[in-house]
Amino acid sequence: MARFLFPEWTQPLKKYVITPALLLGPVYIVALAAVVKDPQTLRIGYMPKQPVPYSHALHVGEMGLDCRYCHNVVDRSPKAAVPPAATCMNCHQTVLPKSEKLTPVRQAFFENIPVHWTRVTDLPDYVYFNHSAHVTRGIGCESCHGRIDRMVTVYQTAPLTMQWCLDCHRNPEPNLRDPANVTAMGYKPAPGEGAKVKKELQINPPTDCSTCHR
Amino acid sequence: MASATEAHADDHGHGGENARETFRGITRDVTKVNLTPIGRWWYPAFGVSLLLLGMLVVAVTHLFRTGIGIWGNNNVQGWAWDITNFVFWVGIGHAGTLISAVLYLFRQDWRTSINRSAEAMTIFAVACAGIFPILHTGRPWFAWWMIPHPNDMGMWPQFRSPLMWDVFAISTYATTSILFWYMGMVPDLATLRDKSKDKVRQVVYGLLSLGWRGSARQWHRYERAYLILAALSTPLVLSVHSVVSFDFATSQNPGWHTTILPPYFVAGAIFSGFAMVMTLMLPLRHVLGLKHIITQDHIHAMCKVTVATGTIVGGAYAIELFTAWYSGNLWEWFTFRNRILGPYAWAYFIMVSCNVIAPQFFWVKKFRENLVFVWILCAFINVGMWFERFVIIVSSLARQALPGAWGYFEPTKWDFMTLAGSFGLFGTLFLLFVRFAPVVAMAEVKAVSPAAHAGKDDH
Repeated sequence: MARFLFPEWTQPLKKYVITPALLLGPVYIVALAAVVKDPQTLRIGYMPKQPVPYSHALHVGEMGLDCRYCHNVVDRSPKAAVPPAATCMNCHQTVLPKSEKLTPVRQAFFENIPVHWTRVTDLPDYVYFNHSAHVTRGIGCESCHGRIDRMVTVYQTAPLTMQWCLDCHRNPEPNLRDPANVTAMGYKPAPGEGAKVKKELQINPPTDCSTCHR
Repeated sequence: MASATEAHADDHGHGGENARETFRGITRDVTKVNLTPIGRWWYPAFGVSLLLLGMLVVAVTHLFRTGIGIWGNNNVQGWAWDITNFVFWVGIGHAGTLISAVLYLFRQDWRTSINRSAEAMTIFAVACAGIFPILHTGRPWFAWWMIPHPNDMGMWPQFRSPLMWDVFAISTYATTSILFWYMGMVPDLATLRDKSKDKVRQVVYGLLSLGWRGSARQWHRYERAYLILAALSTPLVLSVHSVVSFDFATSQNPGWHTTILPPYFVAGAIFSGFAMVMTLMLPLRHVLGLKHIITQDHIHAMCKVTVATGTIVGGAYAIELFTAWYSGNLWEWFTFRNRILGPYAWAYFIMVSCNVIAPQFFWVKKFRENLVFVWILCAFINVGMWFERFVIIVSSLARQALPGAWGYFEPTKWDFMTLAGSFGLFGTLFLLFVRFAPVVAMAEVKAVSPAAHAGKDDH
């Protein structure tokens, strides 16, 4: 009676299939992790084309406009507020009133139809985020949005992963500053400023699920 | 008898022609189950199991589409049938490891004829158990979050939670049991390979037996590995159900928060496991013609384990009650009075009569020899052990300290379908095992058969 043992041709399998698989397995896992952590996967650098070539670098960086001039409810409301065309027209009635680049703004202003800006920093819908809670507690705009004063077109700088949120919620001190300087760009907090703000404002960020997933 | 002449290398007895004949007989009778067309009983049994399995698929599909609101669980009864079924099936899974590991280390040779099927039962019961906590989470597609892994959520499982310990306890148990079961089967799969006539079986059993030739070196390593696995699984017999009991014991809830729970759960698990082994083996030895391998002696032994563990469980019930009264704690005592006199009294008395009274018949030899009666008692024990978990889980939650938040659990048809369906899954797996795998550990049975020791004096 013939026994079925492993025939001779299966021997090379060990050398050419099983051993390489065992060796390449860890390589695959590392490569997979690298791809996941890649900025492109996380959309860091996401820079959508906007209907109006509005330059934050010009308005904020060169002319020193405060963030809150346009995003005026950021310290009172969960949402930072994209300004209406009327805000633009405060200046642009007299500054460059005929510029072609500003046509959509004037159109929006006179026809009362908002400009269709594309949201850059977009959290998933199952995440509750409140701008005012962060801004009034001394989290600088640049901590999440980056150096807006240097961006001609705004792009995403933070990974926006839950890990990234939790890193700060678990240890907020490095990102805390005196709330008076919350909109300052390129701000260097004084030594011990974070700890001081944390103590004074009694900042103790919650990390339970229902903080953000409500 | 014709196939006896074809037996070959695996009859290495010491007792001459007599022993050789015994060994051939064991091989013939066990491999017959897999290599000849199975008896007619198998098809209706498998059909019913498949139907029940289909019911599980329907119930689970509906659950995934709708959510756990389809069950009878409510605000008060957050844990109900789902967790009851889980603990029930995990408990069933305990006899396998006890038989294969603990009895092996204690040199209880009678285990050899039942260990294979008990191990199979263990694995399939753990598989049934495993689905319930996952369904219970309500979002089973996130169940993989229970596996600790680095992730972009910055999130780790809650290692302080006994529910998390459960994940590790059960998965360790499942892994070890599968390894133990499969490794023990290798020599027998090789026997099946050698006895198979058709090419498909020869190749499939050949692959599964991993090139086993039965050389002295292979046997030596096999025995070593078996011993190591037995030593590894032995603590699991005690630890797994202890950890399951921590789900309850570490809570603050009266009726759950007791130190007796771990040993009480372990005894109950072995009790229910042995009852299930007998529920399966009594009909099986009959239909497969294995009465000379799984003998009346084995049934005596299993009945004795059952009555011993059943009595421990009965004692635990009594101590639990006594402690509740003796503690002087109002809530504790109320919970236990409520179990006996409250709306779930019916469940309590089913539990006590099935688990404490039923096994007492096994003290008497005459009862142990009436196999129909033994089977009926074992079926009662299975029911009783399900109700034990139901009583612990549901009745303790129904009436907690705040009377305004009292409730009563009523199962829906989906609860019934899921429970019945889990039996379908179990039955399907077990019947496939009976059909295609060696149901008795032939090599081990031969080693402990009287024939193997007949020539002992010659050495």
